[in-house]
Amino acid sequence: MNTEKSKFTFKGGIHPEYFKALTSEAALRKIEPPQYLFVPMQQHLGAPAKILVKQGDEVKRNQRIGEPNGHVSSAVHAPLSGKVSALTTVPTANGRLCPAVIIELNGNEESENYEPFKEWQSATEKAMLTRIAEAGIVGMGGAGFPTQVKLSPPAGKTIDTLIINGAECEPYLTADHRMMVEHAEEIHIGIEILRNVLGARTVRLAIEDNKPDAIQAMEKALQKMTGDVAVSVLKTSYPQGAEKQQIFSVTGREVPRGGLPMDVGCVVENVSTAFAVYDAIINGQPLTHRAVTVTGDAIENPSNLWVPTGTHYHHLIAACGGTIGHATKIIAGGPMMGFAVTGLDIPTTKTSSGILCLSNQRVTQYASQACISCGRCVEACPMRLIPSELSQFIEAEDIESAERIALLDCVECGSCAYVCPAHRPLVQHFRRGKGVVLVKRAMAAGKK
Amino acid sequence: MKPEVASDLLVISSSPHAHDGSAVDRIMWDVVMALTPALLAAIFFFGLDALRLVGVCVATCLVTEWGCRKLMKRPSSLSDWSAVVTGLLLAFNLPPGLPAWMAVAGSIFAIAIAKQIFGGLGYNPFNPALVARAFMLISFTGAMTTWSKSTWPSLLTDHWVDTMTAASRDAMTTATPLGLIKEAIKSGEGLPSFTPQMLQDFFLGNMNGCIGETSALALLLGAAYLLYRKVITWHIPVAYILTVFVYAAVLRQFWPTESITPLAHVFSGGLMLGALFMATDMVTSPITKRGMLVFGMGCGVITMLIRTSKTGAYPEGVCFAILIMNAFTPLINRATRNQVFGSGGKKAG
Repeated sequence: MNTEKSKFTFKGGIHPEYFKALTSEAALRKIEPPQYLFVPMQQHLGAPAKILVKQGDEVKRNQRIGEPNGHVSSAVHAPLSGKVSALTTVPTANGRLCPAVIIELNGNEESENYEPFKEWQSATEKAMLTRIAEAGIVGMGGAGFPTQVKLSPPAGKTIDTLIINGAECEPYLTADHRMMVEHAEEIHIGIEILRNVLGARTVRLAIEDNKPDAIQAMEKALQKMTGDVAVSVLKTSYPQGAEKQQIFSVTGREVPRGGLPMDVGCVVENVSTAFAVYDAIINGQPLTHRAVTVTGDAIENPSNLWVPTGTHYHHLIAACGGTIGHATKIIAGGPMMGFAVTGLDIPTTKTSSGILCLSNQRVTQYASQACISCGRCVEACPMRLIPSELSQFIEAEDIESAERIALLDCVECGSCAYVCPAHRPLVQHFRRGKGVVLVKRAMAAGKK
Repeated sequence: MKPEVASDLLVISSSPHAHDGSAVDRIMWDVVMALTPALLAAIFFFGLDALRLVGVCVATCLVTEWGCRKLMKRPSSLSDWSAVVTGLLLAFNLPPGLPAWMAVAGSIFAIAIAKQIFGGLGYNPFNPALVARAFMLISFTGAMTTWSKSTWPSLLTDHWVDTMTAASRDAMTTATPLGLIKEAIKSGEGLPSFTPQMLQDFFLGNMNGCIGETSALALLLGAAYLLYRKVITWHIPVAYILTVFVYAAVLRQFWPTESITPLAHVFSGGLMLGALFMATDMVTSPITKRGMLVFGMGCGVITMLIRTSKTGAYPEGVCFAILIMNAFTPLINRATRNQVFGSGGKKAG
């Protein structure tokens, strides 16, 4: 194991103000559980899980309450013991509704774990993959792609490089940072397991150079690993944590347009996902808790919390001393790609990395002006698109032209809108344009 | 513009929820600041007459901008400073002693015809100040090319004219250096020789010309500020000036009797003003770095073609060169799009 100190980066990107000091020193803290958990059945990309319980059922901690519904889906477990008080739908951070199980907690410590692997080194890949699927593990960096699917590349695709994403490039968020500092050893074992399952020759742990303590902790933990293992220190630049940009930064490989990381022999897993894999294999513990950063200038005590999924946002904000005055904007996730939420009765999920509460001073709300062709968006775009031109096509309802100049390649990282002096809502335009394209394609496919 | 937010509601909007704080009006204000050294140099060399022209142009541009927006029933755009920038740049492109009414006509043309008719800032295909200058050059040819003795830089020192014959001395005080050279080449007379002292005057701005274009030093100071503020990048100015330099060096090498030195080309006429402040106008120049290089080189070549043409009427070509390249900007943008990430060598579109 060694450290690649040279500063890796990609073309484009921005350097926003990070505000990470608010919580980067705050150790992960367990919270008093709420009275109710509202556990969503879709905490992942793909079909919602099928509910396995009914109203009035007693459920134990770690008991499976939702099973995968199809290939790209994931299991859901009860984070804590209690009684199912209702099956319902809940609002989620992105504004949609989702089926959910409401559990009235009873404080019972009894749990229904999976059998831990005593000798995981000698376990088969299949057994471990099955466990990862059973444990409901999904990509915890944000997209929530079911991990067992990612770890099972189709025949003909060989994975030679496993990249563990510890970049955490979103401003404000420090959940992954604290996980690396406080759980380096567990993450190390998770990485070993992931490497075994994938049979990857090379392992790179990517961390931005603004987290020296995390780099140090992980270097120490990874010392024990043999083979081609290294901590890749990335230049601090947004979006260094975006999958395609990170693969380029670390390996110099470009994922082809419309392609997946496995097309260039890579799999990228978040550090928290590596922790969840460790927990599932070594402790038989399904994915039910995660680190959540609750922060922003409108939060009394910005903190990193260890949170059961299904906890309402207001409970977490209360656990951090509440808000200072009125929080004008509350964001699920970070300020660059997070969702502004309409209320606090939204439950956390396996992908909830942070809750950001901003006061009026920090809320930027502008009227859109005409593009002055300054070209700053072109420099900022990590996908090397022409955001100014794309947005003008979409404004003119010429979606076809926008599609021709690669609208669908946009990853919605927000770098363009961040630097636009004309305050154009570029990402909003692109989302709308993409929606039109996808609907058109679906209709065309339906006709055939 | 920050709309009022009801105090007890949550703001909902699409990501990103952060912004770097930049703004169009701040960019235009930076350009105004960057033009200040050249304004001071203009007053220093041409006296209060420079201030008169600047005042007339800026005031007329502002009034025209206000009136156009009113007529079009659009929100006022006075606060974005772009009309002030156009007024300043147009004034800088006018000869000292120009009648005020002509400056007024030019300013109205710049804002109403070259800018607001297209929809205002951001929509104009050509640089408004240069469109107005071209309009004035055609409409008021005499006045726009008259360099009267009374307005000749007050600090002109003897060395400037000592080297010349009485006839050329007389001509020198009523023409720009580039004008003189053009005449000399066309008539087959020898070129006036340039001493290092004269080149220094070129650099400082102690020569005849439009009020804001003469002092390379003041313009470079302003451009350094714009580079520092990241309002402009080096690409267009360097491509433009370097192209002029190389073109001039080649001419000087092969036709020494008909050519002045590359440095004399670089520091004379409107090249500095054009390359640093007019060609770099964001709205009318390309958005990609490669496009900017192409644009700058195109400006340089056309400028030199006009300057050194024996059949052409104009001694200076900066204004027309930039306008012609403005017309190519959409084409250049299209041809120089970045390769989309992951396209493996193929361009989108």
